Amino acid sequence: MSIFNYREQPGYLARLKEAIQATKQEFVAKIDEALGREKEIDEAFLEELERILISTDLGVQTATDLIDKIRLRATSKQLRNIREVKKLIKDELLDILKGVESSQSSADVPLRLVMMIGVNGVGKTTTIGKLARLYRQEEGKDVLICAADTFRAAAVEQLEIWAQRNQVELIKQKTGTDPSAVLFDAIAASKARGKNILIVDTAGRLHTKSNLMQELEKMKRISGRELGGAPHDVFLVIDATTGQNGLTQAREFTRAVGVTGLIVTKLDGTAKGGIVVAITKELQIPIRYIGVGESIEDLMVFSPEAYVDGLFE
Amino acid sequence: MAICIFASSRQEVFAVGERSILMLDDLSAKLQRVLKDLRGEGRLTEAHVDAAMREIRIALLEADVNFKVVKEFVACVKGKALGQEVLASLTPGQQVLKIVRDELTELLGTVNQGLIFSKTPPTVILLAGLQGSGKTTSAGKLARLLQRSGRRPLMVSVDVYRPAARDQLAIIGREIKIPVFETVSNNPFEICQQALTQAKNVGYDVLLVDTAGRLHIDQELMDELREVKRRLQPLETLLVADAMTGQDAVNSARDFHEQVGVTGVILAKMDGDTRGGAALSIQSVTGRPIKFIGVGEKYDSLEPFHPDRIASRILGMGDVLSLIEKAEEAVDKENALRMVEKIRKDSFTLEDFRDQLRQIRKLGPLDQLFKLFPNVGPLKGISGMQVDEKGLAHIEAIINSMTPRERDHYKIINGSRRKRISEGCGCTVQQVNQLLRQYDQARKMMRQMGTGVKGKRLGKFGFPF
Ligand SMILES: Nc1nc2c(ncn2[C@@H]2O[C@H](COP(=O)(O)OP(=O)(O)OP(=O)(O)O)[C@@H](O)[C@H]2O)c(=O)[nH]1
Ligand SMILES: Nc1nc2c(ncn2[C@@H]2O[C@H](COP(=O)(O)OP(=O)(O)O)[C@@H](O)[C@H]2O)c(=O)[nH]1
Ligand SMILES: [Mg+2]
Ligand SMILES: [Mg+2]
Repeated sequence: MSIFNYREQPGYLARLKEAIQATKQEFVAKIDEALGREKEIDEAFLEELERILISTDLGVQTATDLIDKIRLRATSKQLRNIREVKKLIKDELLDILKGVESSQSSADVPLRLVMMIGVNGVGKTTTIGKLARLYRQEEGKDVLICAADTFRAAAVEQLEIWAQRNQVELIKQKTGTDPSAVLFDAIAASKARGKNILIVDTAGRLHTKSNLMQELEKMKRISGRELGGAPHDVFLVIDATTGQNGLTQAREFTRAVGVTGLIVTKLDGTAKGGIVVAITKELQIPIRYIGVGESIEDLMVFSPEAYVDGLFE
Repeated sequence: MAICIFASSRQEVFAVGERSILMLDDLSAKLQRVLKDLRGEGRLTEAHVDAAMREIRIALLEADVNFKVVKEFVACVKGKALGQEVLASLTPGQQVLKIVRDELTELLGTVNQGLIFSKTPPTVILLAGLQGSGKTTSAGKLARLLQRSGRRPLMVSVDVYRPAARDQLAIIGREIKIPVFETVSNNPFEICQQALTQAKNVGYDVLLVDTAGRLHIDQELMDELREVKRRLQPLETLLVADAMTGQDAVNSARDFHEQVGVTGVILAKMDGDTRGGAALSIQSVTGRPIKFIGVGEKYDSLEPFHPDRIASRILGMGDVLSLIEKAEEAVDKENALRMVEKIRKDSFTLEDFRDQLRQIRKLGPLDQLFKLFPNVGPLKGISGMQVDEKGLAHIEAIINSMTPRERDHYKIINGSRRKRISEGCGCTVQQVNQLLRQYDQARKMMRQMGTGVKGKRLGKFGFPF
């Protein structure tokens, strides 16, 4: 699966641009403003820049690192004019986002198990609905969905509707069942029916609840035992409005089950999702998809170049 | 572990009174550093206050308070701190932190505010907010709270968009045994009108309305919400916000308030380790009180908002006041002091262990309790500790099936005694072994803490403010 296929798809760039409109306005346009106002790279300018960076939820640390770099290069005359600052920010951002791109899993396996995890209410279930369409329609895969959120009220019913919309099969059990038991069934069913992709929904959980994290670890163990190499993908869903807690979430979920990719949802709002950049930087996890709305087609494959170009053009 | 920490910090608490807090965090250490040469000077000087404010600024930003809000706040606090006399009783760092904390508490609203009810029932309460913030769950929690206080709530969902959204509320209603109004209509306006009529006819005194999650920039849906509000004339319109929200909290809260008019806020998902700076951001753009916080996925996890506690938490000082309050409810003072004495004398028996366990369990689920500890300094890790409540019940059972002599002298419990004990309580010998091991470890730890109670190590606990 190549992300460039999607870029070449008609309308991809246009849709991306529309989706990141708010970020562009609030982030890049503000940088432009500051650039227009200030004549040179002085402390006032750097302070303004720091504020803009922090307003994206990038975090004090990441923002300060970047500002320090700019200050250093300015004093050593590597940055000659103020316009070059923008280029530096763009390059830095692309560097962080692209640095981990190669680690994307692409090995072809007959049955691929994809696990969706994250804290409460970030958009796991909805993303599964969208992802099932992508896998089925765009990649021609035979998909099965596993309803392993056996906790939240009507979680199964919600997923069931997404399965119907996609005309894919769903494996479910009663609310309150051990999620690993549903997973076990779903793996067996996927094997028996020759499915290509099994997407597993999980209950939202805060990373501080160790019993719930152990439940996830168990699911991972069962996957590996029942299906060699599984889970092939563990997608951590992060809501774009999330603040600094996102970094702790990513650390803890990574420690418990290993995260292979990030999915950033709700980018159609005004939140910039900067915490994901901090996560990618610290934990070297690539962003794989972005959610840009509540409809089935509102999921886009993430391409660092297209994203950064779209933002800074 | 909890047992001994609890007992020893408790004693310090007696010494310094109700309003003490544990100061174990990074921020206070940093402030201590930047202000350490201030002792001996009469007043907080500008240079010192500036240095302190830099640290405060970073702490607030790391806690997700919006940068504009931080700027205003820091300017205001700076004004108050400047020129203050350096008190003898506090270090300058503590003094600045006290000013900051008091100011933060005041901004967050000094008293916790309950709900308003109509003289002509039903009182309508509308819940609104972004997608996935916790509206539906909070509706269930609120309904339960209202019912417990003697009211007759009816719930209704006007979320006609998200798949199975109305099923979710219906299931919640069944679970907590509170009626949910259901209809075949798919029109939000119709649904609320019908629900209102139903509430009036049957005599429900509160109508709780759960709405679909929406983006504050989605004009169509914001218009819909306004219309729902116009038709229902709710006395309370509560904005449900996610406690983990970052810088954007000001934008969504401002828009919801400007377009719909909110009367209060519910801050959900406070049970994690987020510092919850969004509370301050939201408060400052809406000027409306935070009325409740959500502290779990179950329907009894809704608590009144205590500004002082959240202020401490935003500053990374832990929610120790809640801890003390809980402890005061359940533990009698005499007994706690007796235990501390025993720990100090190293005569803490299995019998005491069991008593202590019973007392502590009265405080409620232990992991809830642990979360109140500041997650920094020597107490780091406790706040995330999980407790196997069933395991605790086992421990009690095991100790129950020991003879009094065994409880006093655990060393005499040999293989055959272990077997007898295990048979007596229906546990395995391994479980008995494990308990004895844990008890042995706990004793060792208590011995250390015990010396600490008098010694220097615990000097950090409970500075008086
Ligand atoms: N840990 C924790 N989870 C919560 C809390 N409140 C709600 N949740 C969870 O957050 C998720 C979303 O909650 P919902 O009540 O469905 O949120 P909502 O705002 O109605 O969501 P939409 O209707 O989809 O916009 C669920 O998984 C809830 O169990 C809380 O205080 N703590
Ligand atoms: N605007 C917007 N809303 C989303 C997006 N993804 C999910 N949602 C909404 O967020 C809410 C929570 O989503 P859900 O899938 O139930 O989250 P889960 O609890 O993590 O499974 C629902 O109301 C979804 O419709 C997105 O990309 N944009
Ligand atoms: Mg879900
Ligand atoms: Mg809802």
